Amino acid sequence: MTSNPIKIKVQNVTKVFGKSKKAIQLLNEGETKNAILKKTGATVGVSKASFEVEAGEIFVIMGLSGSGKSTLVRMINRLIDPTIGEVLIDGEDIVKMNKEQLREVRRKKISMVFQKFALLPHRTILENVEYGLEVQGIQKETRSQQAMNALKLVGLEGYEHQYPKQLSGGMQQRVGLARALANDSDILLMDEAFSALDPLIRKDMQDELLDLQSTMKKTIVFITHDLDEALRIGDRIALMKDGVIVQIGTPEEILMNPSNDYVERFVEDVDLSKVLTAGHVMKRAETVSIEKGPRVALQIMKDLGISSIYVVDKKKTLLGAITASEANQAIESRQGLTDIIKEEVTTVSPETLLTDLFEKVSTATIPVAVVDETNKLKGILVRGAVIGALAGNNQDINQIHTAQSEAAAGQSAKEVKITWNNGSRNSQ
Amino acid sequence: MEQWLPKLPIALWVDDFVNWLTTNLEVAFDGVTTVLESIVEGLVAGFGFIPSYVFIILLTLIAWKVSNKGIGLFTLIGLFLVDNLGYWEPMLETLALVLTAVFISILLGIPMGIWASQKQMVKNIVVPVLDFMQTMPAFVYLIPAIFFFNIGVVPGVVASVIFAMPPTIRLTILGIQQVPADIIEATEAFGSTTSQRLLKVQLPLAMPTIMAGINQSIMLALSMVVIASMVGAPGLGADVYRAVTQIQIGKGFEAGLSIVVIAIILDRITQSIGKNKKQGGTV
Repeated sequence: MTSNPIKIKVQNVTKVFGKSKKAIQLLNEGETKNAILKKTGATVGVSKASFEVEAGEIFVIMGLSGSGKSTLVRMINRLIDPTIGEVLIDGEDIVKMNKEQLREVRRKKISMVFQKFALLPHRTILENVEYGLEVQGIQKETRSQQAMNALKLVGLEGYEHQYPKQLSGGMQQRVGLARALANDSDILLMDEAFSALDPLIRKDMQDELLDLQSTMKKTIVFITHDLDEALRIGDRIALMKDGVIVQIGTPEEILMNPSNDYVERFVEDVDLSKVLTAGHVMKRAETVSIEKGPRVALQIMKDLGISSIYVVDKKKTLLGAITASEANQAIESRQGLTDIIKEEVTTVSPETLLTDLFEKVSTATIPVAVVDETNKLKGILVRGAVIGALAGNNQDINQIHTAQSEAAAGQSAKEVKITWNNGSRNSQ
Repeated sequence: MEQWLPKLPIALWVDDFVNWLTTNLEVAFDGVTTVLESIVEGLVAGFGFIPSYVFIILLTLIAWKVSNKGIGLFTLIGLFLVDNLGYWEPMLETLALVLTAVFISILLGIPMGIWASQKQMVKNIVVPVLDFMQTMPAFVYLIPAIFFFNIGVVPGVVASVIFAMPPTIRLTILGIQQVPADIIEATEAFGSTTSQRLLKVQLPLAMPTIMAGINQSIMLALSMVVIASMVGAPGLGADVYRAVTQIQIGKGFEAGLSIVVIAIILDRITQSIGKNKKQGGTV
């Protein structure tokens, strides 16, 4: 988890709107937001928030409206001044900076995308995207070039001379994104960036953001009230309620281990099929080596009480499958495994979401094989286990580390992050 | 009702204050008089230099270009009528007076409006002063204006400025403060300085509103021409005033009609300028 340097460090940040002194005192005494509002008339926007964001991470701050998430993100670039607390960007506390230094940070290090796009209606798309560079005093040609590159990234080439009003909502937000990217700053703050878009466009934009992120590796703080969105794009999620961060964790951690009733209620309606992957629900695959004969294969199947088995080579590369009846016939006609092996088998990658593999699982005659990109067999999908996982049965969900070591496969970067606190495996 | 408090000597204070100003700031007032007089006279001479038919065609073309054919036609017929009625000279004098007053209103009003839009303190002071300027009957400040600037066109211009400037200031403040908060937030987030925010974002977006203010200022300045004529300002106002004092209904109507023609032309042209700015997708 700590492989990347810490880009943003928010420490004990509190924002009180109104008479702050009394409110902070009450806050330290452990009073609630409502009690403080009644006693002092001051509103606690954010209360003692602390978190760290690693370079290259998408950190999602999620909460319902009024939970303080927008206030919190605005304190990262000090559009709102924290009442107390520290906000360290690359180790420098921006709360202590003067106007000049703050402006420099905003120009070079942090860009922002807004919920209502906040484009300049009197400027063309290109001029909008140039804005951040223009205020830095960058030459006309250079900034046009950079702005055009940013527009290309978001797929808006050819629209540069239009005005914002002429574009659809989704396209306007692409402009907002391009404007933020043109500055080439390391940090992107996205305040409900996709919330104003209709669901289909929103999904496209999420995909596009993930796509861009895979090449650009920005540090992104993403605000949303939509749990599905948070789960889709977040490497880690901070859940906020009444100005307090109630839980920080990976999407899986939050779903499977809600830290309190609030989080639990929040996540109970989540469609698990859009969160869990094949890797989470696969079972250990029983295999037989290609050098072995059909007799050995049949014996293994008999011992385990299964009707088919996958055939692999020494390196665990998937070659195909055989069924018990085929093995029987082979023994009678004295054929080897190579003669009877069925090479066309249904396979999926461990990253496939459950929602995308239902059809394969339901139509396959033998359990679907889970293979990695080098075609190494990592596990199989058993229907009962898939349904069990969807029902929220933790026993059917793998601790990814264990599953991987058993499958003797290398660990990809993404999977390293996923840890499970609960999930003892069933033997097949 | 019994007088339990002696009458406040406000009249006396104002008299003393005006006397003090007249004696101590004479040089400044003389300077202002010279400048304003030469501007107005320069404009009248400049306009007068152009033959009336050339002037009519020029203005018609401008009206056509900035707004539409209809306004162009109205300008052509209206100005021809004014010329025909024999009010060409006074019309030019009125135009010069109005344009000078509006020019000064813009020169002072827009910076004042910008300042007030940025600093709440300034706004808190400026707005009540504007209320005072607009509601105090114009005749009242004509009196000291005569003291400061003698009689003639200058006190007329000064009175017009006082009366006509408030809408420019008010609508400049309004226009700037109407720029949506999220747009301001975006300019802040990208590290704009105050002047960058003002010049690149707030003023361009406030332009239609500011133009509406200028349009209002022009209309108010025109409405002052009759009053200004009472302190000796020449122009159509003087003709109306003379007709009133001599009870010449027909003449009064002719001069009044000429004022209406000028008012409509100026109003439509400035309104169109404001609208043209809106094109290209502004709010």
